[in-house]
Amino acid sequence: MTATFIRPFTGFVEKIFVITEFELRKLRHDFTELITRALQPALWLLIFGQVFNRSGAMRTGNVPYLDFIAPGILAQSVLFVAIFYGINVIWERDLGIVQRFLASPTPRAALVLGKGFSAGIRTLSQTVIVYALSLLLGVKLNWRPLALLNVLVVVVLAATLFSTFSLIIACIVKTRERFMGVGQVLTMPLFFASNAIYPTAIMPGWLRAISHLNPLTYVVDALRAFMLAGSTSALGLGRDYAVILLTTTILVLIGARLYPHLAT
Amino acid sequence: MSATVLEIKNLTRRFGAFTAVDAVTLAVNAGEVFGLLGSNGAGKTTTIKMLTTLLPPSAGEARVAGFSITRQAVSVRRAIGYVPQAVSVDGSLTGYENLLIFAKLYDIPRREQQTRIREALEFMGLTADGGRLVGEYSGGMVRRLEIAQSTLHRPQVLFLDEPTVGLDPIARDAVWKLLVDLRANYGTTLFFTTHYLEEAESHCDRIAIMHKGRLAALGTWKELEASLGSGVHTLDEVFIHYAGGILDSGGSFRDVSAERATAQRLG
Repeated sequence: MTATFIRPFTGFVEKIFVITEFELRKLRHDFTELITRALQPALWLLIFGQVFNRSGAMRTGNVPYLDFIAPGILAQSVLFVAIFYGINVIWERDLGIVQRFLASPTPRAALVLGKGFSAGIRTLSQTVIVYALSLLLGVKLNWRPLALLNVLVVVVLAATLFSTFSLIIACIVKTRERFMGVGQVLTMPLFFASNAIYPTAIMPGWLRAISHLNPLTYVVDALRAFMLAGSTSALGLGRDYAVILLTTTILVLIGARLYPHLAT
Repeated sequence: MSATVLEIKNLTRRFGAFTAVDAVTLAVNAGEVFGLLGSNGAGKTTTIKMLTTLLPPSAGEARVAGFSITRQAVSVRRAIGYVPQAVSVDGSLTGYENLLIFAKLYDIPRREQQTRIREALEFMGLTADGGRLVGEYSGGMVRRLEIAQSTLHRPQVLFLDEPTVGLDPIARDAVWKLLVDLRANYGTTLFFTTHYLEEAESHCDRIAIMHKGRLAALGTWKELEASLGSGVHTLDEVFIHYAGGILDSGGSFRDVSAERATAQRLG
């Protein structure tokens, strides 16, 4: 009796990992992408972070500004990479790859989630870069294994969340030109209406309200708590995880419904 | 009399006010090679998309391998293979990897996966190239790999949307030789669309000609030729009689650009 319930579930999870595996195999054949992606967080930390750290313009309490911004830049680079993930989906649609996958018996949600996870694993290279730069700049990092593990989990989940959001946009706009436009329009508000590079305390009331609806705020909050030595979460870690997981689940369900429209 | 593997009844698809496929009814027997012909925009691709469960019909019904395309879509997907017109293998993976992912997605038992893939590569004459990136393959090799990929799970029906578009005559012959062998070895039913009338004539058991979404003719070439009256008729004459003048052809900008892009990638 239980087998009839377990079999579809294990099959589903297996399919997610098949999709993820092959996205990662592509990286093995061409890893230049990983190197070019490292550039952006480096610029933000080395230039933006250093300048504002010296100026002392941002009131970040007893945490140095560079320490404050390091988790924010990690979250930002995850967002920037994941938000353009949909462009691959449109590319695969212009070829016949999406159609081929949709004509196979693979559950739609597994296709969507598998792609999301692969985006997550791709962003691990940025995590390494941000940690290396932080170390270089004297950021006080938390090296406890459990904290590190939580950072990895949050990064993978955040990338899954935003890449699935990106996939949904791709399913709606369907062309590369429109996608690039929409992607640009969405990225900056998500980034600036968050606690990534300044505390929400210095925001005007309306912006602070918006920032609390922005999943990126919860990602940054969790990363800040896990990444920095002696740091705590401002919003509550339980709430951070709840918001991230719930948003991801809802987006995957929407994505699974919209993905088949790419083949029509 | 062999069993019916594909049963289409009043299959209809509308896009807004435009009817792309208009009440098509036909049946295909197991092991048959069936060609669907028609000008651009006649409704061939839309028909294939409905039969492969990619596009829900607006009205009518079809059963593929005994399963309803609307109510038993997952069972239909297990029973079919599909080679879309556009390139559907991933250029950034090797030929072997492209096959492995589908072996896994179609639940081919782990211990059988390697044997199946090896056999498929051998059958398609790609053994030496399995480890190369598909991005480096020639057009004919890409098509052969796509056919291998969509037949790894031994589907009862293989749908092919213009399988030889953009290939040179030698590559086209090679693809057809494999398709014919596939049917001989595994009894696979082939349902395909094409613009090449000679291909339809030399390989199909029966053909259907679509015109403006409707089924204009159905039968063997001999029957269709005879239906034009006495005397010898060329393939073109038969086609034009049923499909309207060539200049009459439609097809959206997207269809045409997709077709040309495919031809360019494979050629």
